[in-house]
Amino acid sequence: MGSFKGRHIISLRDMSVDDLGTIVEATARVKSGGAADMLRGSTVAVMFFEPSTRTRLSFESAILQSGGRVFGFASPGASSQSKGESFADTIRTVTGYCDAMVIRHPVEGAARLASELATVPVINAGDGANQHPTQTFLDLFTMEEEFGRLDGLKIGMMGDLKYGRTVHSLAMAMAHFGARMTFISPPNLRMPDSAKAELLARGIGFTEVQQPEEAGVDLDVLYITRIQKERFGDPQEYESVAHCYRLTCETVRALGGSVRIMHPLPRVDEIAEEVDTLPNAIYFRQAHNGVPTRQALLGLVTGGLE
Amino acid sequence: MTERTYKVYSITNGTVIDHIPTPLALKVVRILGLGQEGILTIGMGFTSKRLPGGKDIVKIENRVLSRSETDMIALIAPEATINIIKDGAVLEKRRISLPEGVTGILRCPNPNCATQQLGARPDFRLVDPVGPVYRCRFCERATKVDADLLMHATRD
Repeated sequence: MGSFKGRHIISLRDMSVDDLGTIVEATARVKSGGAADMLRGSTVAVMFFEPSTRTRLSFESAILQSGGRVFGFASPGASSQSKGESFADTIRTVTGYCDAMVIRHPVEGAARLASELATVPVINAGDGANQHPTQTFLDLFTMEEEFGRLDGLKIGMMGDLKYGRTVHSLAMAMAHFGARMTFISPPNLRMPDSAKAELLARGIGFTEVQQPEEAGVDLDVLYITRIQKERFGDPQEYESVAHCYRLTCETVRALGGSVRIMHPLPRVDEIAEEVDTLPNAIYFRQAHNGVPTRQALLGLVTGGLE
Repeated sequence: MTERTYKVYSITNGTVIDHIPTPLALKVVRILGLGQEGILTIGMGFTSKRLPGGKDIVKIENRVLSRSETDMIALIAPEATINIIKDGAVLEKRRISLPEGVTGILRCPNPNCATQQLGARPDFRLVDPVGPVYRCRFCERATKVDADLLMHATRD
């Protein structure tokens, strides 16, 4: 486990199955209270070149709850980028102020570039439509917590599978654990061919359907994503699919009743509020798991957690 | 009209790149970053048994290209063959194969990639020799290589 100290966390592509296991196990230790104050004496820069409430606040909460200090900015207007400073120079400067860096940026590959310029570990908190690895780690931890295992789970992924980076990363991660995956989407929002080709190349089969009821009654997890309006160039295309799914208690019953419902949040209208009270609904717990997951990750890369 | 005795001058020392499908010779020159040094002879549109659409030839005098340089040619012209010439004789016949990594030669077509927006130096890794398909190390998108993605070559 010592291998994580000083390491950059940029992409699921860099992570082995052992790495994912280490993060999930470390998160369990943190959540059970076994690693308090692991960031005491550490200072973490949280730099958001694009606004994001949930991810930023959960990173800040993770740092504060682990006894660390945090500084940074929540939007590019608050940084000297608005004065024309290059991204590279911002990274070269801030690396001297902190023990680790958390970066969200709208440009794909920004965190990878930062990791080449920084002398402290860089954690990618989302780079455009590319990667958001900490979301996947907390998803994995939530499933492990729920089922006591990750191997061989049956997962349905529903919604915007074309533009949703969360489901691309999750599929890539679950391929390590021999998951049986069903992709549920309208025809124009199907999982991209490149993502499917990667799964097939690793010997992972999957099924594609259009309605959740077609996924069968033995799913362990139904992972729902929002149809992301901001990713559509054509408003008419967005409207044609905007409200195509709405999970209700009736749908949950049709899926066999024991399926766990997950969602990276925020939701719009793809899950009816009536579902929130079902024991199947674990999406808020999933969101709360963002804090111990990010605590564990920061602990591992700074060396505060062994 | 008398028949010409030769179509492209032979060279005594250097590198001959043969069997480049017409009209890719200029792109091969570009991929190798040639043209600023020494004598370069380019012939285009020769008939070829192996290439029905015709072949181009590039001859570089007094310079022996390294294997890592000639492998870059495989990105756009995998059929090309390399002859290294010394004292007028063929010293080495070389086949080319796709490079595992390509730095600074291909442009990532994703407009939202750090290589286009933040000045990162393009860097690709081979994903699939059919195509061929390379993945950008920054935005992680897989791209089928074509000649339009060539940048002016830079030397390390």
